[in-house]
Amino acid sequence: MTNCPTLIVTVGLPARGKTYISKKLTRYLNWIGVPTKEFNVGQYRRECVKIYKSFEFFRPDNEEGLKIRKQCASAALNDVRQYLTEEGGQVAVFDATNTTRERRETIMRFADQNGFKVFFVESVCEDPDVIAENIVQVKLGSPDYRHCNTEQAVEDFMKRIKCYENSYEPLDEVLDRELSFIKIIDVGRRYLVNRVLDHIQSRIVYYLMNIHITPRSIYLCRHGESDLNVKGRIGGDSGLSSRGKAFACCLAKFIHAQDIPDLKVWTSQMKRTIQTAEALGVPYEQWKALNEIDAGVCEELMYEEIQQRHPLEFALRDQDKYRYRYPKGESYEDLVQRLEPVIMELERQENILVICHQAVMRCLLAYFLDKTAEELPYLKCPLHTVLKLTPVAYGCKVESIFLKVEAVNTHRERPEVRNTHTHTGYCSCEFPRPVCAPRCHYMVRACVMEHNGERSSLQPNFLLRNKPSQEMARLVFLHAQDA
Amino acid sequence: CQSVCSSVPQFTNSPTMIVLVGLPARGKTYISKKLTRYLNWIGVPTKVFNVGQYRREAVRSYSNFEFFRPDNEEAMKIRKACALSALKDVSAYFTQDHGQVAVFDATNTTRERREVILSFAKEYGYKVFFVESICDDPEIIAENIKQVKLSSPDYVNCDKDEAVADFLKRIECYKVTYVPLDDDCDRNLSYIKIFNVGSRYLVNRVQDHIQSRIVYYLMNIHVTPRTIYLCRHGESDLNLLGRIGGDSGLSSRGNKFAAALGKYIRSQCIPDLKIWTSHMKRTIQTAEAVGVPYEQWKALNEIDAGVCEEMTYEEIQEHYPEEFALRDQDKYRYRYPKGESYEDLVHRLEPVIMELERQENVLVVCHQAVMRCLLAYFLDKSADELPYLKCPLHTVLKLTPVAYGCKVESVFLNVEAVNTHRDRPVVSVNTHAQTHTETGLW
Repeated sequence: MTNCPTLIVTVGLPARGKTYISKKLTRYLNWIGVPTKEFNVGQYRRECVKIYKSFEFFRPDNEEGLKIRKQCASAALNDVRQYLTEEGGQVAVFDATNTTRERRETIMRFADQNGFKVFFVESVCEDPDVIAENIVQVKLGSPDYRHCNTEQAVEDFMKRIKCYENSYEPLDEVLDRELSFIKIIDVGRRYLVNRVLDHIQSRIVYYLMNIHITPRSIYLCRHGESDLNVKGRIGGDSGLSSRGKAFACCLAKFIHAQDIPDLKVWTSQMKRTIQTAEALGVPYEQWKALNEIDAGVCEELMYEEIQQRHPLEFALRDQDKYRYRYPKGESYEDLVQRLEPVIMELERQENILVICHQAVMRCLLAYFLDKTAEELPYLKCPLHTVLKLTPVAYGCKVESIFLKVEAVNTHRERPEVRNTHTHTGYCSCEFPRPVCAPRCHYMVRACVMEHNGERSSLQPNFLLRNKPSQEMARLVFLHAQDA
Repeated sequence: CQSVCSSVPQFTNSPTMIVLVGLPARGKTYISKKLTRYLNWIGVPTKVFNVGQYRREAVRSYSNFEFFRPDNEEAMKIRKACALSALKDVSAYFTQDHGQVAVFDATNTTRERREVILSFAKEYGYKVFFVESICDDPEIIAENIKQVKLSSPDYVNCDKDEAVADFLKRIECYKVTYVPLDDDCDRNLSYIKIFNVGSRYLVNRVQDHIQSRIVYYLMNIHVTPRTIYLCRHGESDLNLLGRIGGDSGLSSRGNKFAAALGKYIRSQCIPDLKIWTSHMKRTIQTAEAVGVPYEQWKALNEIDAGVCEEMTYEEIQEHYPEEFALRDQDKYRYRYPKGESYEDLVHRLEPVIMELERQENVLVVCHQAVMRCLLAYFLDKSADELPYLKCPLHTVLKLTPVAYGCKVESVFLNVEAVNTHRDRPVVSVNTHAQTHTETGLW
């Protein structure tokens, strides 16, 4: 999406949601495949000044304090540089107050020297209720106030905010007109957006403009057990088994009992989710984007059949379940891309129940619980179990509710790496990213196995019979010219 | 119980009025038309109501800027009547024509006029979203006047300098009474203020999904001159066999086309050209011949024909006669079993269109159905026309935005190829293959 790395810099007084925004944005960007990391200067300060005494540390005339804070900011910027230049990071979120023009200029010089683009995200809020709620949610539990009672903590924190207020120079429409930024006013009631430079900044702005902090719950579950589930077959578009129907009724009872105001219900366009929703007796919306992962040539097969008929594919999938794409089908990575509009709309919504499928639910869950691409395909999403997600503080509380109707288990654990006679490797594309596709199946004409410097050519379906050493054989797929 | 079934989720319940605000020559009509085109393409029935047009109907011939003087009472009466007439038509569009969004394109520069609109909307239960365009760059305004005002019916008998002078005086008439949307007084309204063609935006109280999408779209479009090249992959082996879909490589003529495409592109000397392909062999092989880096988009893959993949049309007619007939009934909405519809395609191409809007010079090497969808977006073709747009092999379409639309040049690169186009079948009253299902299935 972008060539230069991007440095997102938050700006704002304490308790304006900067860390909330930083963490949420980081989670979203990582989920859509943009390597992102946040750097919270407050954390650096806590490492440096082991024990927090009081707001006096933040007084603008506390020279010792100022020195330490400046050092912490520098240390954080150093780590940013390392992340973006040496660790393959694409976006770094620099989470600090950054309330003075002077501090921001230091950051911009740093970015300029290193060839990073800078995008400011300022949060401005004067609503005392919002600030008070913020303090309750995330400040009282901070390590800084571990030994204080609520009143002491609140009082000290309010004085801390005061320390910043006098020197606060908000981003200015005129003075800062050459900078790229978004100003978020009153938790999203209003936005000022200036000079969006590229695709990633445009996506960031769109995301920030769609999130809200109104309390709500998101319910995720799969369709009831289906006929194909019972047969141990993947994919397809079958109806519910009798146990699946029983689950649908239990789901209706459960939802009713939860007494959720204005609940929206979403399903995919496949029979089994629709039949499940029908039992609820409320209007529901069907999204094609929520359809289960397309298993291509493996649709409606059992895992044993796949292993038999497409052994190389079966093995390749276990090597990299996230990026592996079924021939004529999809990968988890493709799923995430098609689910992105669903996530965007989920952010806009309030109370919502999503009835979907195993792979789809894993992708959505990974987004809410900040799971990596590595973990995502192995998240446990059993049938007949509702996950209730409630945003709290910087994350999500999860309650798992099994609705007491038995069902088959469709979960496959991550296979252990075994040293056996049948070994396969993974493909590494010769084209540099991001130009090349995640998996160039269709370009495979010949494989070359490289081991200990020796090369031998194989047909694409060749399974290695000889165990290469501890290391996995590296198959280099060549992009052939004409046959 | 009711369920809403579609390829795209239902966006909004109340109809929405998008109300433009701004002095003349600030791009209001450009924005109105472009936004309308986009919303219709993604499946939201939208229509523009240009009050200037109503005025031209009422006052058959335009004399000069004096008509717009704020102290011209006669003219004020006419202008107000035109606005009200347009509002009446908005209402009819929503209630009788099942419209979802109406774009009210006028200056709407006074608070008083905006109050009239807000009362009207409130009475009928319509949501209102204002789009204000503010610009004080004299160069942009001059270019605007050149592009769209000089050729306006108002100036059909004037020479260029006269027209420009009159139009500038027209703008002055509005300036006197212009009250922009105000951060404080209008804090409860929903709006976006666009400054200087997009260098800055102020967004206030976005109410719902459709407004959020509109804001996102408006923030991604630009007016920098550029060219978009659309073409299909070179002729493929499956094309030669008359088979649809699949993932075959190029035939020898296809390879010739790829080489010719490379030559053509180089001859065009396009600065900073980006090249996009799908993930399918035939587009990748085509792009390879151009010799510059290209980006692969899965979203650009050809329509998935599901159970009909790699069949010939004759085979489909033989094995799936009912499906074959249904497709001809409503080619846009028809979804191949285990496959996709054109409607699904549009949905998956939306991010491609959004990124095309952000980009400048781009060559998109894609497929027949995909190219029809993209072309329909740029040329404002309806869902009905879309599946029958002609996108022959080995022909590059060069699209250049101009005035309110797009100029199209069709460039055949002189390498023969099979014809893969099926015309819309003629509707016959008494046919053997009559099906009993309704149209507009999914």
